Amino acid sequence: MFGFSSKQLIGVGLFLFAIFIGVPLVIGATGRWDFYFTLTSVALLAIASAGVWLTFYIGRINIGQGAFALIGAYVSAILVVKAGWSFWISLPAAGLFAAVVAVLIGLPILRLRGVYFAMITLVLTQVVTLTALALPVTNGAKGISNIPLPSGISVFGIPILPDFAAMENTKLAFYYTACIIMILTYAALYRLVNSRLGHLCRSMQQNEELASSIGVNIAYIRIVIFAISSFFGGLGGAMFGSIAQSVYPSSFQVADSVNFMLNCFLGGLGYVFGPMLGTLVLYFGWDLLFEFGKYQMLIYSTILIVIIRFLPNGLLSIRFGKGGDK
Amino acid sequence: MEQILANGVYLGSQYAMIALGLTLIFALMNVLNFAHGQMYVIGGFVTYTFYGQWGVPFVLALVMSCVTLAILGALIEKFLFAPVIKGSAREESTMLLAAGIAFFLDAVILLVFGEKQRGVPKIVDGVFNWDFRIIMPYDRILICLLAILSIVAFIGLMQYTKTGRALRALAQDRTAAQLMGVNVDRYSMIGFALGAMLAGLVGGLLVTITGVNLGMGGPTSIKAFMMVMIGGAGVISGAIWGGIILGFMEAIGLALLYQYGDITYLLIFVSLMIFLAIRPQGLMGKPWG
Repeated sequence: MFGFSSKQLIGVGLFLFAIFIGVPLVIGATGRWDFYFTLTSVALLAIASAGVWLTFYIGRINIGQGAFALIGAYVSAILVVKAGWSFWISLPAAGLFAAVVAVLIGLPILRLRGVYFAMITLVLTQVVTLTALALPVTNGAKGISNIPLPSGISVFGIPILPDFAAMENTKLAFYYTACIIMILTYAALYRLVNSRLGHLCRSMQQNEELASSIGVNIAYIRIVIFAISSFFGGLGGAMFGSIAQSVYPSSFQVADSVNFMLNCFLGGLGYVFGPMLGTLVLYFGWDLLFEFGKYQMLIYSTILIVIIRFLPNGLLSIRFGKGGDK
Repeated sequence: MEQILANGVYLGSQYAMIALGLTLIFALMNVLNFAHGQMYVIGGFVTYTFYGQWGVPFVLALVMSCVTLAILGALIEKFLFAPVIKGSAREESTMLLAAGIAFFLDAVILLVFGEKQRGVPKIVDGVFNWDFRIIMPYDRILICLLAILSIVAFIGLMQYTKTGRALRALAQDRTAAQLMGVNVDRYSMIGFALGAMLAGLVGGLLVTITGVNLGMGGPTSIKAFMMVMIGGAGVISGAIWGGIILGFMEAIGLALLYQYGDITYLLIFVSLMIFLAIRPQGLMGKPWG
């Protein structure tokens, strides 16, 4: 079916079963309702990390995803609070706005490579944070709080999406929403990587000059990829703002940008689902270690160092061995 | 105006030293050392412990900072960076390692030294006052001079000693250096130790003025990245220029725009992005370093 092996289909089926039925059952059985919030965060951060992974795919180190997540969160919040839009329309609008910003910024900075690109994107995160502090529309350091929960949508009187404010268990609703968006994101990512564009990206990752000399329009492709990447960032950020019901300039900082990058590294840069696993391990691991109190950071960083020391190509490299699948 | 220039020289000399260590490590191993700011903080805390708490002479405390960081840097290189660089498919994996080390050092600092702001007694009292045109405490002048002296010493080491020559060869071309009989593994370790030592030295110097606290690490790293970018990654003269330029920009910006708060930094960041868009390799860097 659609060129997938039965093994892959079973894997996807198991995965969907686990996150949509397994997780709620386990949480219901153990009573750890706080895990919903953690897992929702994981799903949203994984969306933004998918964007970072995509820029890695054209050979650029992106430490600026926090900037686009913050832009997305603010755009959605402003549209919902000040312009009275429905959240569900503001969500793609936030992604698109982030993508447009990415095109404008990307035109000059995508000419940079290696550490230069990495560092300028790091600076970009700072620029957006400071801009959010300075602009009047973003309310400065006070940020935007009391963002209403997503309202319902109905077409011709048939409800398509329920009103979140009227719901008893918004945690579960947000969890499902985040998971659905995450699955769509990774499906899109998988499709993109296995398309003609994906092949062109791989050629750029290996050698941009060579790719360019055989007729690949590298300037165009890297802008498109950066825009898609930032779209994911804006999407994740907007959703995050809606769950937290508030956005501050400090919602996404340099540390978050670095974390998005680490998620990709940890999962493995060669694997589409690497960033998802990386996010899960990093974020969930951090949460689980909370019980160790003041030693949390120490244990967490030690594990991180040990993982990278012995598995420098990412967690997924255990399963596939060297070279491996993409 | 004179005051602004004096502040610029003072800030610039400190910044240049921080950037030097970072750029050295980058030039030798192509590693973006996220933990540089944390190394700086550790240097500050070591000097604080020896000089501020145990009453050891300041110079000796500074030496202790340098030694501690040099050992730490050498160990990190030998047991973490070197094997990871050998084993990973893509060089960038070292960034994850560097970030992990930054977290780790932060955790260690928190456990050993706590999260409070720490300061030490002044090393020299008194304020230099030139007709109220330049007002600067003597200890700042002393630290500034010490920083400039260390930069000169560092350049001397790189230019005129056998170690320096080996390190420069390594930075230029790793394979060629190896073929010429440079012990690459050993000099990588020495270079990393030297870079970490510079971070520790600045930390030790600055603890006498600004004090030291846990949160200083991250922002210091970012500033050091910026300076390295202005000057060009992996170029020693570039790092010094980057430090001086950033120092002056901050001094001038803070003097003229102090009522607007963080606008200075926003302007600096934006102008840096525009500058890099026009000249990607920085002032003196090689294209695509």
